Amino acid sequence: MYRVVKKRVLAPAIALLEVDAPAVAAKVEPGQFVIVRVDELGERIPLTVMDFDREKGTITIVIQNVGYSSALITAMNEGDEFQDFVGPLGVASEIENHGTVVCIGAGLGIAPIYPIARALKEAGNHVISVLACRSADLLILEEEMRAVSDEVVVTTDDGSLGLKGFATTGLAEVLKHGHNVKVIWAIGPMVMMKSVADYTRALRIKTIVSMNPIMVDGTGMCGACRISVGTETKFACVDGPEFDGHLVDFDLARKRLDYYRDEENRAKARMECKHEGGHH
Amino acid sequence: MTENVEKTKKVKVPRHDMPCQEPKVRAHNFEEVALGYTPEVAIEEAKRCLQCKKPKCIEGCPVEVLIPEFIKKIAEGDFEESARVLKIKNSLPAVCGRVCPQESQCESKCILGIKGESVAIGRLERFAADFGMKSGKATLEKVEPTGKRVAIIGAGPAGLACAGDLAKAGHAVTIFEALHVAGGVLMYGIPQFRLPKEIVQTEIANLKQMGVEILTNQVVGKITSVDELMENGYDAVFIGTGAGLPYFMDIPGLNLNGVYSANEFLTRTNLMKGYKFPDYATPVKVGKNVAVLGAGNVAMDSARTALRLGARNVYIVYRRSRAEMPARLEELEHAEEEGIQFHLLTNPVSIKGDERMWVKSLTCLRYELGDPDASGRRSPVPIPGSEFEIPMDTVVVAIGQGPNPLVTTSTPGLVLNKRGNIVADDETLMTSKSGVFAGGDIVTGAATVILAMGAGKKAASGIDKYLKAK
Repeated sequence: MYRVVKKRVLAPAIALLEVDAPAVAAKVEPGQFVIVRVDELGERIPLTVMDFDREKGTITIVIQNVGYSSALITAMNEGDEFQDFVGPLGVASEIENHGTVVCIGAGLGIAPIYPIARALKEAGNHVISVLACRSADLLILEEEMRAVSDEVVVTTDDGSLGLKGFATTGLAEVLKHGHNVKVIWAIGPMVMMKSVADYTRALRIKTIVSMNPIMVDGTGMCGACRISVGTETKFACVDGPEFDGHLVDFDLARKRLDYYRDEENRAKARMECKHEGGHH
Repeated sequence: MTENVEKTKKVKVPRHDMPCQEPKVRAHNFEEVALGYTPEVAIEEAKRCLQCKKPKCIEGCPVEVLIPEFIKKIAEGDFEESARVLKIKNSLPAVCGRVCPQESQCESKCILGIKGESVAIGRLERFAADFGMKSGKATLEKVEPTGKRVAIIGAGPAGLACAGDLAKAGHAVTIFEALHVAGGVLMYGIPQFRLPKEIVQTEIANLKQMGVEILTNQVVGKITSVDELMENGYDAVFIGTGAGLPYFMDIPGLNLNGVYSANEFLTRTNLMKGYKFPDYATPVKVGKNVAVLGAGNVAMDSARTALRLGARNVYIVYRRSRAEMPARLEELEHAEEEGIQFHLLTNPVSIKGDERMWVKSLTCLRYELGDPDASGRRSPVPIPGSEFEIPMDTVVVAIGQGPNPLVTTSTPGLVLNKRGNIVADDETLMTSKSGVFAGGDIVTGAATVILAMGAGKKAASGIDKYLKAK
């Protein structure tokens, strides 16, 4: 079993959990993910790693309460245990000294962008981070991101903090200052990654996105996570999760996320009617 | 003289049928289809065995079960001893008695089969194994430890069989399994209605009692590697990672919502118990009309699963004719009885979707069998202008699986063939790396449970010799 050793509530409905998983912590690299299962009745869900501590043997994940399993996980407390915690999975980010890079994290996407920004910084890059969220109260991990970035631009949809606008507004602000940006990482909702990719395609700036399709096993045996990249079909769990954002078919990827929407709502409704935040 | 009279009589006794759930009933539940022999019927069937002095049936069994011996015990009514005899060669008899293609293995060699019907070896194996499982007494005695450690990658039929034999030889065995539960295809692939998962887990629990350690959630290739295992004190490694990489055909529309690989469809249903959603959290869904592409056992399993999940029309779409279907005849017949429909000599050319990118229809081309090719097989030839479109909500692709590359790509120096399968010595199953062995689907390509178990046993013998010579 994999015990939660630390919990922090980062924002309404968003929790950070540090989980005891020494073997995973020994091998994980930025950009990789884990698959967790809460209990015997649970489903397997993928979560991108936010942080790891090889000495303590822990993996940190950040999760937002959006459905059945995420409700159970955000309700977990220190001392609670995951039934299953598998990883590290997927291909690690390609970290090297590119010169100047931009790391865009939107919403919950700030969590997985964090270890990438840190690794890029450690590799000698000039790291500019763009943190985008709906409103000021939903901004997470700002302090952590500032600690691993040379510059930080914050944007909110409603203008309650930083620039008013979206991730692309923040990126435009960065590019306006004439930085010679070599590579951009963008992680967040599909619609955000698509708009960033559309924006940078014309500018011919290499843009890497981290895809979050539906997964089951996470080891390449089922193809649930397949996405179209250029003319090819790729399995995000073993070929990714990072891909060239200029080649990804985001419209298809977004539609594929909707396949179980009815079932997800049923599971959630059933849980809520049992007892609030309750467990089966 | 009297002996011959006895034999002639036995030839005339028909083989005892397997009682099954009624097709109309079973098509809507996930309970086991075949119900198993009663003790009385098992004894009668066992008495049909001629107890040959040089039994041919054993030659037909990839793990060389002591067939006449265990059947004799059933005939004598000593079921417990029968179960013990079975276990000497076979670590998972309750599984094999259910899923082996006996008609092309042990039973195909049975002398009774020449003039009459062969002994129902598989059904008797199932009977004895189930009895042993319930009584819990058919366990083997522990042996003196050798002090050698073996790592096994993959807890499927090959790995489990290998582990069982190595444990019997006194070696310390640790299995590394990527999924959260051991069993491989026995858990995620073969449906509950053919192989109840409780039975698989009971057999695996017996292996653990013999001292086999099973670590789940361990993706070798990611969390550790073959080389690291060897460096960390394992004296030998066995790779039994199977054929878990689904193949998709190259037609438009394969990434639409509603298109599953058979692996995903069956994993959601079996391993994750999606058929019990929302009690279990993993959803799986089918529409009214379901097409399964392919005609092997995996296709039959997928089609019959779709029916049980509530589909109204389930079609098998296959480009050859019924005679060429790779599925076991028994599975094909069960599918037909349950109402699966067949589009034979038919090949899909595209899948069309609606504005939500959900499957809407399947377009196919009719085929006819052409002239025999060099191999003597009549190959299917498309009929020009025969294209037709069928409304469809769900498509399951069951055209085969290849080797999952996670372990092979993370193991430098491991020689693979063109298809990505590991090359291993025919006799010892040692790979190009000293002390590293491989067997089952990762070597042969997708085959059967019992062939994988046979390979696991063969590798165990190769590993045992290697460790003793070391």
